[in-house]
Amino acid sequence: MRPLTLTRLLLRCTMLLGVLFVVVVIALKLGAVQVSLYGLGRDLVRVLLGHSSGISTDYGMIVMDIRLPRILLGIVVGASLSVAGASFQALLRNPLADPYVLGVSSGAAVGAILALIAENDLALSPEMAGVITPLGAFLGAAITIAAVYLLGLRDGQIDSSTLLLGGIITASFLSAVIIFLMSTLGGSNLRGTVFWLMGDLSTPQPRSLLYLLSFGFLVAAGAIYTTAADLNLLLAGEKEAMHLGVDVPRVRIVVYLAASILTGLAVSVSGTIGYVGLLVPHLMRLIFGSDHRMLLPASAIGGAIVLVIADTLARTVAAPSDLSVGAVTALVGAPFFIYLLRRRNA
Amino acid sequence: MSSPHRTPMPSAEQPRTNSNIRLSVEQVSYAYTPHTSQAPLFTLEALSFQAKPGEIVAILGPNACGKSTLLKLISGALEPLSGRIFLNGFVTHTLPTKTRAQRIAMVQQESALLFPSRAWEFVLQGRHPYGGGVRFETEEDVTIATNALTQVGANHLSNRWMDKISGGEKQRIILARALAQQPLLLLLDEPTLHLDIGAQVDLLDSLRRLATTNRYTVVVVTHELNLAGEYADQVVLLQKGKCLRVGPPASVFQRELLEQVFQAPLSVEMTSSGRPRVTLFSNK
Repeated sequence: MRPLTLTRLLLRCTMLLGVLFVVVVIALKLGAVQVSLYGLGRDLVRVLLGHSSGISTDYGMIVMDIRLPRILLGIVVGASLSVAGASFQALLRNPLADPYVLGVSSGAAVGAILALIAENDLALSPEMAGVITPLGAFLGAAITIAAVYLLGLRDGQIDSSTLLLGGIITASFLSAVIIFLMSTLGGSNLRGTVFWLMGDLSTPQPRSLLYLLSFGFLVAAGAIYTTAADLNLLLAGEKEAMHLGVDVPRVRIVVYLAASILTGLAVSVSGTIGYVGLLVPHLMRLIFGSDHRMLLPASAIGGAIVLVIADTLARTVAAPSDLSVGAVTALVGAPFFIYLLRRRNA
Repeated sequence: MSSPHRTPMPSAEQPRTNSNIRLSVEQVSYAYTPHTSQAPLFTLEALSFQAKPGEIVAILGPNACGKSTLLKLISGALEPLSGRIFLNGFVTHTLPTKTRAQRIAMVQQESALLFPSRAWEFVLQGRHPYGGGVRFETEEDVTIATNALTQVGANHLSNRWMDKISGGEKQRIILARALAQQPLLLLLDEPTLHLDIGAQVDLLDSLRRLATTNRYTVVVVTHELNLAGEYADQVVLLQKGKCLRVGPPASVFQRELLEQVFQAPLSVEMTSSGRPRVTLFSNK
């Protein structure tokens, strides 16, 4: 018997953070402008220590002002999507659940687009708009997951194939809504929106939004983490969990709201990036087991690693043109989804 | 949580205690009504019984007689329509979820796991009511869980995956998890359902031993006549939501009564140990 201890948890997280750091350094190095690894590492440490004035070189601008913000965005979005995926999988008791597959991301996208339209019509200031879009995305996500949950109910119990089917139908319905809405947006906005929808980290975001995003992530992921041990028991079923002392309704509402916030935030800045929330928690389970006290932080860091890698691929493989990062994750994720589906039915 | 039409309940500070009685089911009834406007689909008529520490109570009856409903009522998961169920003087369904899980452990029909876990992880879950949230298991938790595994004779399974062990072994691990809860009351819903005969006897022998040594009150739902006759101190006989008889097996196991309840010709004889034994015959 070797239960998880705080020491082991922190040790593993530190390890993963080490991997993330290496990935970030490599991602900073790769791109059209070549930079040296040594210079990068030195500069990154300086930035982390708060001595950004010490950066001397001419590539400082490219690395710190263009590549780094994009990487930071990738870290927060990847972590949010993965934690949301792990939570949905436990909450809905379905290993194939993920914000994208269940249509929750599309719901968030509809909410975000509606918010954009409202912003245009009301001519809001950019600061207000920066708050309204994530809020719209959160509402879209929350409503969609509630709808998909109800669709998945059969005789008061969640039926996992009905749930998946309901999610897929919801996603395709919402895509139609999005196309409809986009034609009303029209003109110059259209190309940007299409790119955003496919999942995209290349649009520069204001620094304040990055702060909002990080803050939202910490609060929502923290809230989910307080239920980590309860989620372990929920895997065996809600009745069993209740008999072991889990306050099931409370856990359900906390995880539901927090996972909707995470999805909404991620979608509002990066569109619908698929499969990260599916793939990463499964990888982490293979490595660390299915204890949520370990799985949730591991998924957060793992999601950051995976999305930074995917985004680096997206901007380098077809350089000088940018691929959509959503296309990269779908290329890898969709076959993985099929694999999981086949294995489960075997 | 008390409804106006009910007599006032004893407050949490002053539990009603009766030194020797642990579980007291008093005039408890229930109605299952899926739609409030319609007549109930199923009713459990008022019934009463009491059990002491160390006693095994078997709730016996054919399918759909209300056995599992009665067990859910006792577990506190359902609220009785009328009457009350006391565990050491506290009304079970008003206990906070966590407190309830420290006093009542439920062993349900096979549970499916979404992701595989090891047997020891599963048993440690029994310590959840004493912690929860992000708390990590202590040395004490590990000791208690290890003892639980020892008590059901499953120490050698500790490191096995739950989806790679046999039905009987799995049932023992589930029982060990219930023991790790350190309950006063151990509830089992058809625990022998998917077990072969050897494993059935093993399980009930362990229950008998545990009830005696740990002073658990055990309530088992079953339709296995002979297992109930052999192991129970008390039998609650149910038919279509009605309690027909409560008492020691020797008094409940009467040929006419059992034939009528189970709709099968049978004979009852007493063994040398004073336990009834039932033999079934063909209808032809």
